Amino acid sequence: MRELKIFAVVAIFSGILYYGVEPFAHGQMHKHVDSNGLVYDGKADIAEASKDKKEAKTKFWAEVAEIAKLKGDVAAGEGGYAMCMGCHMDGIPNMGGVVPPSLEHAGAIYDKNYLIALVKDPAMASNVDHKYADTMMHPMGSVGSMFPTPQSIADVVAYLQAKKAGDVTPKVAYEEACMRCHANRYGKLTHLGTAPVTKSNIMTGYDVEGMKFKQKVAEEQALVAAYMGKLPPDLSIIYRARSHHFLETLIENPQGQLAGTAMPRVGLNQNGMDKVMKYLQETGDPSKPKREALGPWVIGFFVIFTILAYLWKQAHWRDLH
Amino acid sequence: MSDKSSERRQFITGLGLAGFTGLGAIGALYAAKRSWDPLPSVKSAGFTTIDVSPAKENQLVVEKWRGKPIFILKKSAEMKKDKRDLVIGGANYHISIGLCTHLGCIPSYRPDSHDFLCACHGGEFDASGNVTKSPPPSPLVIPPFKIDGTKLVLGEEGPEYKKLKDAGLTA
Amino acid sequence: MAHFKKANSLNEWMDQRLGVNTLKKVMQSEYWIPKDINFLWAMGMVLAATFGILVVSGIFLLMYYIPDTKLAFDSVNYITMTEVGYGWLWRHVHGIGASLVFLIIYIHMFTGIYYGSYKRGRELIWLSGMLLFVLFSAEAFSGYMLPWGQMSYWAGMVITNLFEGFSPDFAGGALNSPALVEWIRGDYVPDQAFLGRFFMLHVFLMPLMIIGVIVLHFGTLRLPHVNNQEGADIDFDEAAALWKAGNKKESKVIPFSPVFLSKDVFVLGVYFILFFYLVFYNFSFAMDPVNFDPADGLKTPAHIYPEWYFLWSYEILRPFSKDLGLLAFIFAQGIFFALPFLDRSPNVAPAGRRGLFNIWFWILLIDCIILTFMGKLPPEGIWNVIGFWAAITFFALWIALPIITMLEKKK
Repeated sequence: MRELKIFAVVAIFSGILYYGVEPFAHGQMHKHVDSNGLVYDGKADIAEASKDKKEAKTKFWAEVAEIAKLKGDVAAGEGGYAMCMGCHMDGIPNMGGVVPPSLEHAGAIYDKNYLIALVKDPAMASNVDHKYADTMMHPMGSVGSMFPTPQSIADVVAYLQAKKAGDVTPKVAYEEACMRCHANRYGKLTHLGTAPVTKSNIMTGYDVEGMKFKQKVAEEQALVAAYMGKLPPDLSIIYRARSHHFLETLIENPQGQLAGTAMPRVGLNQNGMDKVMKYLQETGDPSKPKREALGPWVIGFFVIFTILAYLWKQAHWRDLH
Repeated sequence: MSDKSSERRQFITGLGLAGFTGLGAIGALYAAKRSWDPLPSVKSAGFTTIDVSPAKENQLVVEKWRGKPIFILKKSAEMKKDKRDLVIGGANYHISIGLCTHLGCIPSYRPDSHDFLCACHGGEFDASGNVTKSPPPSPLVIPPFKIDGTKLVLGEEGPEYKKLKDAGLTA
Repeated sequence: MAHFKKANSLNEWMDQRLGVNTLKKVMQSEYWIPKDINFLWAMGMVLAATFGILVVSGIFLLMYYIPDTKLAFDSVNYITMTEVGYGWLWRHVHGIGASLVFLIIYIHMFTGIYYGSYKRGRELIWLSGMLLFVLFSAEAFSGYMLPWGQMSYWAGMVITNLFEGFSPDFAGGALNSPALVEWIRGDYVPDQAFLGRFFMLHVFLMPLMIIGVIVLHFGTLRLPHVNNQEGADIDFDEAAALWKAGNKKESKVIPFSPVFLSKDVFVLGVYFILFFYLVFYNFSFAMDPVNFDPADGLKTPAHIYPEWYFLWSYEILRPFSKDLGLLAFIFAQGIFFALPFLDRSPNVAPAGRRGLFNIWFWILLIDCIILTFMGKLPPEGIWNVIGFWAAITFFALWIALPIITMLEKKK
């Protein structure tokens, strides 16, 4: 009995210690940001906006909501999409700071409202309009002239949702949504995708083709860094460096977690978010499934070990008192 | 020979041996100490030239010199001038090693209040690097510099630096 | 030459050459432990086992670790965690072990303080134990540098900067004679030279010294014997004679092996259940997320704090100006060594029966916990005030100790 009391004292003090340095301290250090449930209605943008921008943002998101109500014509949208392909095609080089991403699965990973907002005004949609106050323009800024009417926007978004919504793997979701800014070296992804397989010259030991690719990546990084203000971090192991909740809410609305950040909102829907998070976990914490598989066995082993040790101990201590 | 003189001889020769061994140990310690010294290649890490003309008012620019961040802050008209300012091309600049003089964290600049806040232990500096809140014991350190037109050469002691140093204003 | 008879068994052969039977008596079957003890007396064995686990897991981590500032981070986080079979297991075990070893050290220390196990011939046990605490701290700190993440870099920066007070030309950087802080780092900032020397300390010098002092710590225990729950002064010869005569119930002692050991092993089992629960399911407290960001000398993390076991002494240096802070830090680290000499009471008894000392003990424990909390919280507002007063309380407690123990009545 006395031992149990002493154990209770030790356990209580250890528990208090743990509570203080972990949940309590981290709760004080990091503000909690709630998710908006991946609904892109501009609510947070309007709430955070400075006075002079509030009105414009309210109007913008109201118009987006109006367009969302229109019924898009997939066939008409195909023509609009052809214009998108002028930039969003394979092998296109950096344009105005970043490489235009592939739209092959845009309907599968991005939210409808967000896509409408993006075609209407990319800077407003991604909530980085503060970056373009001076002379700089959003690299996709000219899109407005291609889709001048609400119906044309509704059409092209309907096309994306109907024809570009195939199954997507976690890696492809990451490549389309994140890779143009964030490399992932543990996933072997540079800003320009996976490095080609090259061989070094057997006589010199140098791999000239590989070096050329590295140079291209370095040049691309310089352009991205100049556009974003600094090189966005490699996300190989970000899954262990930040909490799951932080990453999800950051992706949903970057300004909410890091006010003033250059990171645009990318407008992932639930499917896109799940896939991207899965990829981040695959590269950043690949041992998670292995831990979960092995854990019960090891703990079970020590439970049985403890029972056997207790029997052994009792055999020795029975005669002592 | 008596036991006593034998004991004395043993003691003296023992002492001699111990002393001589100690001498060798000091030599070895010196070699060990030197092995921990910064390498010549580290010491001659070179000089860094920074062009300050593209800096914008009240916007902190961070450069790197000998592995350390260097703060360059162009002061706007409303910001207080200071004896520690560098005057380059008619404008006042605050230049310093961007490490808190308390325990070496990098303070962040708050453009609204024109001051630096160190997140590690809560120290604060004004826009001229003077301490406004403890624990930092001294102002942000001004690195050795030479002014060359609109360029700054860090690591070289120019006349302006010597003047600041003699006035005890560099640290 | 000693005279050797032909041996009739392997045991006899070994005994002739190594004295194994004597050794067994001295270390096991006739190493007498008081019977009146509780599970807290098993913490020494728990510590030894944890150290063993750290050594074994460390060996596997060492095989793939690359002490190069450009490669270290990925050698740990990619090669070990992703490619090496069960590399993640060794890493988690090593991280949890390094954290839990301090929890157990603190439980072990406060057990010693509570029961007065540093007096009446047991002073050297306490001193060698404190030396182990300091060595483990150095081992933990140097190990924390190795993954070369943001916390590694900035912990290295902040702690070595404590020595900047001894630096005549830190600012000028002329470095004709390196200042102490630069001598320790081998550079102006923590870099390759720094990582290399901490690697050496962590995998060789510190473990070597720890092993040596563990042997010393065991040695200091043998003659005075371990204390018991009541602080009773046991006549070990008399009690041992009773045991050997078969009067196990009447004897106040038990042999170390197998009787005492059997309880140790049971406690170890319980401990390992907790240990591996943490390894598999709850490891963030021991493997700080911030250290999964690679080291960046141009960007301080928003919050810098040491691992939890250093927080109390870190908080003690925080409220003061730099030089005073360093003194406070050294005081906090060193004052526990002086405990056997500051406690002026001759009584060896659990704190619960020592009046004022009982109050002193619980205030010290709670104060250390408060300091630990404040050490992690951001240094602002109310946390600063609480931290300051907790640090003052810490000093006051140690100044008060000789006085209150002198007032204690002799029992």
